[in-house]
Amino acid sequence: MNFVKTNEGNTLTVELIGEVDSMNTPELEERLLKEIDGVKELIFDLKGLEYISSAGLRVLLTMQKTMKSQGSMVIKNTNEEVMEIFKVTGFVRLLNLV
Amino acid sequence: MKELKIEATIENLSKVFKFLQESLDTCDAPSKVKRQIKLCVEEIYMNITHYAYNPETGMAKIGVDVIGGENQERVVISFVDEGKPYDPLAKQDPDLELSLDDRPIGGLGIYLVKTTMDSVAYEHKDGQNVLTIEKDLDKENK
Repeated sequence: MNFVKTNEGNTLTVELIGEVDSMNTPELEERLLKEIDGVKELIFDLKGLEYISSAGLRVLLTMQKTMKSQGSMVIKNTNEEVMEIFKVTGFVRLLNLV
Repeated sequence: MKELKIEATIENLSKVFKFLQESLDTCDAPSKVKRQIKLCVEEIYMNITHYAYNPETGMAKIGVDVIGGENQERVVISFVDEGKPYDPLAKQDPDLELSLDDRPIGGLGIYLVKTTMDSVAYEHKDGQNVLTIEKDLDKENK
């Protein structure tokens, strides 16, 4: 997995590229929780995301819950396969997908 | 049937992925279906590391079989461990209607397996947990 971040004022955009699985999510979560300090808007760009397991879903849900208290979070460019996983798990109701 | 016997640790998930990829290499499934199978294998394997053995560790055996011939393939994957008796199918499905505040973090892995695979079966046999999942490849090709 690659992680590309762009900061613009209070907005942080994070591109997740490749595969998010149980091996790399602990590091991903730790990094994200550090990066969002002071961030009002968090944008996930998933156009390069090829694979996500429930470990990755847990991270997205944790971030959504965290951002709710300090601003907002949106997810953009979700591909069809990942969208199917969001639908099956009810994440379409929990995440702000644009 | 191809088989992998390893110590059930998180780090060994990469070996599981490699074994799965090699095992499915010759089968004709679209890459999307192979990724779905990979997802299920990760979820079950991680369950073994978390629930059957945690905090100690132990053996996990994964068998992959591709049954049938052209246009009729079925992938059968079995997981065997010697940890605590643990039936992941006995767990209640997550409540997908809950709001963000009430929604627990986690509990989705086995639910994804149940919704993705065509068959999921558990048995406790000879002191071992045996979970078998099956996916009909034709259905996805049509």
